[in-house]
Amino acid sequence: MQPFRGGGGARHNARAMAQQAIELILLRQWASYLTIPVMLVDREGVLLFYNEAAEKVLGQRFEDVDDLRAESLAELFQLRHEDGRRLTPEEHPLGVALHERRPSHLRMRLRALDGSWRLIESTAMPVEAQGTRHLGAFAMFWEVPGP
Amino acid sequence: MRVTLWGTRGSIPSAGPETVRYGGNTACVEVRAGDGSLLVLDAGSGIRRLGTALAGQGRRIDLLLSHLHMDHVQGLGFFAPFFERGAEVHLWGPSSTDQRMRERLSRYLSPPLFPVRIRDLPCALSIHGLTEEPFDLGPFRVTAGLICHPGGTLGYRIEEGGRVLAYLPDHEPALGVKAFPGEPEWTSGYDLARGADVLIHDAQYTDAEYPEHEGWGHSATSHTLAMASLCGVGRLVTFHHDPSHGDDALDAMHAEACGAELPFTVVPGCEGLSFDV
Ligand SMILES: [Zn+2]
Ligand SMILES: [Zn+2]
Repeated sequence: MQPFRGGGGARHNARAMAQQAIELILLRQWASYLTIPVMLVDREGVLLFYNEAAEKVLGQRFEDVDDLRAESLAELFQLRHEDGRRLTPEEHPLGVALHERRPSHLRMRLRALDGSWRLIESTAMPVEAQGTRHLGAFAMFWEVPGP
Repeated sequence: MRVTLWGTRGSIPSAGPETVRYGGNTACVEVRAGDGSLLVLDAGSGIRRLGTALAGQGRRIDLLLSHLHMDHVQGLGFFAPFFERGAEVHLWGPSSTDQRMRERLSRYLSPPLFPVRIRDLPCALSIHGLTEEPFDLGPFRVTAGLICHPGGTLGYRIEEGGRVLAYLPDHEPALGVKAFPGEPEWTSGYDLARGADVLIHDAQYTDAEYPEHEGWGHSATSHTLAMASLCGVGRLVTFHHDPSHGDDALDAMHAEACGAELPFTVVPGCEGLSFDV
């Protein structure tokens, strides 16, 4: 199972026309104020939002993700373990948070859309809400300064 | 649906010569279906007079609480049907389980804050925690949804006979939104209020007062108008008036709100007002 799919599907499916849960709305608003990169996905793993700080690390404006018919952002950013092994979707912190519904943390490499390789750390949390609603997951990540 | 406003004040009852026209009682709204079925929205101090009016009617009462802030529950202990043997009262509110609602309410309805315990009330009382799934209460279809206000707060969408009433008494949809309103998908309360014939909505602050109160869970006039406009409602009823706003201040806020060309009617939420939806 993919931990996330590109935004294109999200924008065009009927469900996206409805309002998001208040917990996701507030998370997105909060993230939009933070200078630490944050990415938010719904419970199907559809990308809902990433903030400006994340745009800097990923090399792509969130608004432009629509144009990417990405099967998966994990593919797109070529996520790898620190030692260079391919990272499976299930190993990615967002994937773990989403499917195992627990926090997860990992140091990994990604290829930003400007072509540069970056070493990042990511911590992801499931979004569990009142009424035992599992709404999705969010990850905070940051670039590890080079040696 | 016939709607009567028994209390439209926010935060704390505010009786006094300066609030006689808009009223000083806190949130309570009566909703009647064509067949006489009754919903009561919130149990602020306004519910005391409603309870008196309901005395001896013997009809099932469904009381929907938006949240458990004091101005929405403080009238519970003074609601006459609670003390009528044979009255059937169903209390609905935000919680994942019935037990939790009861426990939370009993913090207020028990000594030392109140002399009577919930278990000692003589009426047949059922307490229900609500989820976001729509459900039917007699002729009413009720949808509850969590909205932006501190402490787990529900707004309600009530449909009956093809008409829609939305009730979002305490609501700050503009919190943290850089340019309000944004997209419907990312607007708190949108699904509840969308296309409502009547929207009863928080209008606590003037735009000038709002910056001092950001995050307190309430709206400025311009937010309330923008929300009504985004949701395409037919009529907006202003609600949850700030205790510091006397009648003249509220008149001025209303006049200013109506100064712009609006695609809906603005009705000042005055205590005692009754209207059809
Ligand atoms: Zn209130
Ligand atoms: Zn409140």
